Amino acid sequence: METETITIKDNHVNGISFPSDRIMLDLKDLKKVYPTPKGDYVVLEHLNLQILKEEFVTIIGHSGCGKTTMLSMIAGLNPISGGDIAVLGNPIQGPGPDRGVIFQAPSLMPWMTALQNVLLGVNRVFPHASKAQRKDIAKYYLHKVGLDGAFDKKANELSQGMQQRVGIARAFAIKPKVLLLDEPFGMLDSLTRGELQDILIEIWNKEKITAVMITHDVDEAIFLADRVVMMTSGPRAKIGDVLPIKFERPRTRKSVLEHEDYYKYRKHLIDFLEH
Amino acid sequence: MKQSVTVNKTQELKLAGAAKAALSKFKVKSPKFDLKTFLRKVIVPLASILLFIGLWHIGAKALFNIEADYKIQKALTDQGQAAANAMAACIASGDISCQPNTLPSPAQVWESFNTLIADHKVISADKLAFKEKTAALNEKRISEGKDPITYTGRPSFVDQIFTSLKTVFAGFLLAFFIAVPIGIIIGLSDTLRNAFNWLIQVFKPVSPVVWLLLVFMIVKTMTKDSNSDSAFIISFISVGLCAMWATLVNTAMGVSSVDKDYINVAKVLKLGPLQKVFKVILPSSLPLIFTGLRITLSVAWMVLIAIELLAQSPGLGSFVWEEFQNGANDSNSKIIVAMFIIGIIGFLLDRIMLTIQNMVSFNKNATA
Repeated sequence: METETITIKDNHVNGISFPSDRIMLDLKDLKKVYPTPKGDYVVLEHLNLQILKEEFVTIIGHSGCGKTTMLSMIAGLNPISGGDIAVLGNPIQGPGPDRGVIFQAPSLMPWMTALQNVLLGVNRVFPHASKAQRKDIAKYYLHKVGLDGAFDKKANELSQGMQQRVGIARAFAIKPKVLLLDEPFGMLDSLTRGELQDILIEIWNKEKITAVMITHDVDEAIFLADRVVMMTSGPRAKIGDVLPIKFERPRTRKSVLEHEDYYKYRKHLIDFLEH
Repeated sequence: MKQSVTVNKTQELKLAGAAKAALSKFKVKSPKFDLKTFLRKVIVPLASILLFIGLWHIGAKALFNIEADYKIQKALTDQGQAAANAMAACIASGDISCQPNTLPSPAQVWESFNTLIADHKVISADKLAFKEKTAALNEKRISEGKDPITYTGRPSFVDQIFTSLKTVFAGFLLAFFIAVPIGIIIGLSDTLRNAFNWLIQVFKPVSPVVWLLLVFMIVKTMTKDSNSDSAFIISFISVGLCAMWATLVNTAMGVSSVDKDYINVAKVLKLGPLQKVFKVILPSSLPLIFTGLRITLSVAWMVLIAIELLAQSPGLGSFVWEEFQNGANDSNSKIIVAMFIIGIIGFLLDRIMLTIQNMVSFNKNATA
């Protein structure tokens, strides 16, 4: 069986596009230019990508190709040089809690407890809820990431892995429309990384928040994603190829590894990265 | 005889064994006790203090001898052999009138310290007596709307210390309330930082003496009609102005260099400006702000002595200056006492700040 691939750019050219009511996030002809003393440096150009509701998309590409730039543009933390980004058809205006971000570093406020860190966002998003309700929301997500005993621990007393769990809880607790993950497990050892992937996918199965995740890890990309998006190397990076992953959900690591298509997917991605 | 010796020896051995056992038990009980750390943390500093005092003693003695020889020599050339002999005898007898005036020895300084404490006791007893005597009269005066009579006697050494502490705290608070808010504001805005940078760079290195003169010009005019304590006002404002720069620069730096990740989190959560400042920016710059405040307090304490000396406001600085002008036989040792007191208080103030810093900031590794 040949794996089916879609090249998004061609879709646009040919006018084949997803029905608009299924699209959560729409990147149209996106461009990013950094002015330098030697002239403009074009990081991204003609970047088109549509991400569906309740879809989990992973993005792989070589270091420095502009993945993180693209993600921070979606988050609204990095201004757009050309084209546009729309969430449910509405162009984004700067950052906002409708797009939660899990950063590469846990980025917790070290002077706050785990609970306070999660509450920081919850208080902001649910200003009309009572104090007890907001606490319950925060505690629920901390429980979900397995931090039951650590609500009142200061963030800087937690291990890196536990801090990233708080980061996941914080991102889900604000109930974003889109979850953006910038190599969230890149700094963790492989055991902890596996644990956190399981936690992430478990919560995601329940909440079904559209997720866009950057990763360097081909196995992680396949295990988590509905589609793996491959970016070409910069400058002028764009979407090179898209690989739909057609494993049943919920997935287990074991079932994925034992699936007959797994190595086909893996080979496809590695072939792309090596060319 | 021989037998008894061996018995003694075996007893000794037994005792040694028991001691060893006790020691090993002790070790088990508190595994943290460790001879090496004990040596390093207690014995070595103690030894260095003794060494310091020893060197000081030897040095003072050498200086004393040089000065004494010079005096005798001078008497010899000016007035002849008889006068020189008399001078040598006088110095040897310890008579106050002819003692060489030089660096006092540790013993003399210790003696002066005791004298100062005794003096303080006398003065405070005197003060108490004065208070009791005038209590009734003062009540009457207050009810008549007159000012009460206050004690105007000489302040004791301990009183001077408290006056200095009061001045330094007033100056420190002034620096705190000026430098922290301004530091935050200019830290938040690049434009303002550029606008005020020249001002900070120009005024930061200005000497305490010049600040004192500037403050003097202004305060003298402003307090012309009031009977407020202008010496105190002048000295604490000068102290505050000299010392505030470290806090100002550190606060601005701390606020402007908040970790970008935290700022991004604040942006994603769309925190309001006030929330952003109080929940993210200030807590994350607290360690730097406190480093600044620590420097400010130690600078304040250091310049205070010079400023008191010049402004003739009461305190340790004027104590030192008066003793120097006084030229009494124990003046030098009193100056050295003041030196130690100033040093020790400065050290304690720094420790207090360090403790507070460790209490409030998330960065638990701040050290001296």
